[in-house]
Amino acid sequence: MIAIDVDNVTRIYQKYSARHRFKTFKSALLKGDLFKAMRPDEIVTALDSISFQVKKGTTFGVIGENGSGKSTLLKIITGITKPTSGKVSVKGKVSALIELGAGFHPEISGRENVYINGIMLGLSKKEIDHKFDDIVRFAQLEEFIDAPVKTYSSGMYMRLGFSIAINVNPDILLVDEVLAVGDASFVPKCLDRIDDFRRQKKTILFVSHDLTTVEKVCDRVAWLKEGKIQMIADPKRAIDAYLQDIAEKQEKDFEIRQREVEQKVKEEEKKEEEGEDRREDRWGKKEIEITEVKMTNLQREEKHVFSPDEGMMIQMDVFAKTRITDFVFGIGIFNSQGVRCYGTNTHSEDFEPQFIEGRGKVTCQIDQLNLINGTYYLDVAAHKRDGYPYDYHRSMYTFMVSSKYKDVGIARPDHDWSFSSSIRIKPPHSKSG
Amino acid sequence: MLRLFDNLKTVYKYRVLIQNLVSRELKARYRGTVLGFLWSFFNPLLLMIVYTLVFGFIIPARDPAFQGNPLIYAIFLFCGVLPWTWFSSSSIESANVLMVQGNLIKKILFPVEILPIVVVTSNFVHFVFGLPILFFFVLILIKKLTVYVFFLPLVILVQFVFSLGIALLVSSLTVHFRDIKDILSNLLTFWFFATPIIYPMTFITIRENPWLEIFLNLNPITHIMQGYQNCVFYGEMIRWKKLGVTFLFALVLFILGYYIFDRLRESFPEEV
Repeated sequence: MIAIDVDNVTRIYQKYSARHRFKTFKSALLKGDLFKAMRPDEIVTALDSISFQVKKGTTFGVIGENGSGKSTLLKIITGITKPTSGKVSVKGKVSALIELGAGFHPEISGRENVYINGIMLGLSKKEIDHKFDDIVRFAQLEEFIDAPVKTYSSGMYMRLGFSIAINVNPDILLVDEVLAVGDASFVPKCLDRIDDFRRQKKTILFVSHDLTTVEKVCDRVAWLKEGKIQMIADPKRAIDAYLQDIAEKQEKDFEIRQREVEQKVKEEEKKEEEGEDRREDRWGKKEIEITEVKMTNLQREEKHVFSPDEGMMIQMDVFAKTRITDFVFGIGIFNSQGVRCYGTNTHSEDFEPQFIEGRGKVTCQIDQLNLINGTYYLDVAAHKRDGYPYDYHRSMYTFMVSSKYKDVGIARPDHDWSFSSSIRIKPPHSKSG
Repeated sequence: MLRLFDNLKTVYKYRVLIQNLVSRELKARYRGTVLGFLWSFFNPLLLMIVYTLVFGFIIPARDPAFQGNPLIYAIFLFCGVLPWTWFSSSSIESANVLMVQGNLIKKILFPVEILPIVVVTSNFVHFVFGLPILFFFVLILIKKLTVYVFFLPLVILVQFVFSLGIALLVSSLTVHFRDIKDILSNLLTFWFFATPIIYPMTFITIRENPWLEIFLNLNPITHIMQGYQNCVFYGEMIRWKKLGVTFLFALVLFILGYYIFDRLRESFPEEV
């Protein structure tokens, strides 16, 4: 049985605002263009011919970047906005966890707000009477329920909102990003409740940026991009495709940024044609010059966004004007806080320099990056054994690590988990009951 | 027209919500004040005192109906100021209500017309709180409260429909034209003086100037206010014909307001 059927839905937003700021009612009346003023001057297609079906009893995830149409989709399913064309049919009572506590009035008590919010979400007064204690208990607000809502902390506010919405006891639950703001103890409780819903074979539409949770709770996932469905697949495939796409996009942004930086470097170099190069991020007399630095993956494809499991090759083109016998090549990786995550050079790894003359290539291969999410800066250098710099490039190169894990720290050592049989724990990506 | 009935049916289904929202409005309005609900009595009373001082003592009331007594004139004023406050507060508040409650409109599905309806209704409740004061002063000062008081609900009904019409119209249009809010507050000042509230229709300058009389009679609020004055101040029968026409006008305004509101409804979640 199909619980949510979205059939070829298109939603076009007409932007009036820019024009309205200047041409308002008075001018509309004076110039007689009341109806002209009502015409939109910009059209945005938020959803473009979207079709999908959610089977009853399943959890359906929607992922996508900001502005990809996720929230519009939810609003259309709840009926708050109407599709410009197409049809949505929903079987059963819908409750939306879109914004918790929307419509709470700060001046009146939590108790009264529970009633008003409950009625707005489609409960009758009797049903609220019946569920009132549950709502308050789940929100852990027994002591404060008669205090005005304005005295609540934002956490209390959210708990009450969530508690009401979840107690509406819907057939279909729409969840939009609400868990992103909860505190550490409340979020698991909410997830538990959502799990209860799954066990009761209710339908859930789950919209989130938290890909780990999406992968954990969803049966199927749709990936939205610029108002179109890119893919509907099992969670792992959809999320991987989405991450891949993000990485490609970041790559492009990076190239643009990199090019700008290079441009600047060139300009500055022009300014200081003569003499020792002593710009802040590059110094040395260039007896050995590092002419180009490339970051590639192990397949030698140049890129700037890496996954933690991926390898990296740092390739330097070097040029020595004369024969030099005392030289060291080094690299350093810094994170955005300036912490050195790793640094090494040929000297500290006991390479013995013999000589260098003319053009050459130096490659440092890292088999697995093992870094956490974030932006990193790369130092490369050629110097004497005693530290005298030939050419030192300070944080001139940037790369990113895009990881789906939420681990913390500086590095990500290779690791594995195992448990004795007395411990029951679900491994990632697997699904049961 | 059929849609209008469907809409009204939906609104009726949500009557518990309206009831709760009205009581929330009333509670929230005076929360934190020392006098609380008493402000519903004091606000019009204080306003009446100001008018009485100005028009009773500085510019003396010259109409024979007031017997040269500023206190009697004050009753007459109160008869008009009380319902006028209901009307003008509802109109001004409804100009804002969709924007103020924008968050609700964007996040929760419910018939949005409930919001202006709640505005008119909660102001109506304030008005009702003021009525006992009016009756009290009529009894001790004029010493005469006739059976015609029982026609008051009819007058109130006409004003209710009229206020709802304006509220629906103003609330939905202000979403697109924010200027209406400012236009409205100025218009209401003008409207107040173009309605026999601080002066009676029997005033000599009005009777001598037929154009002025026609102008005042074209104002629907004139007949509503005269309804109150007839029932309470003069102790007379209401003017059936004039009030009936006003009621029809109010009904047309309501239908028009609701129609426009309904047409603009879908733009609310994006525009508020």
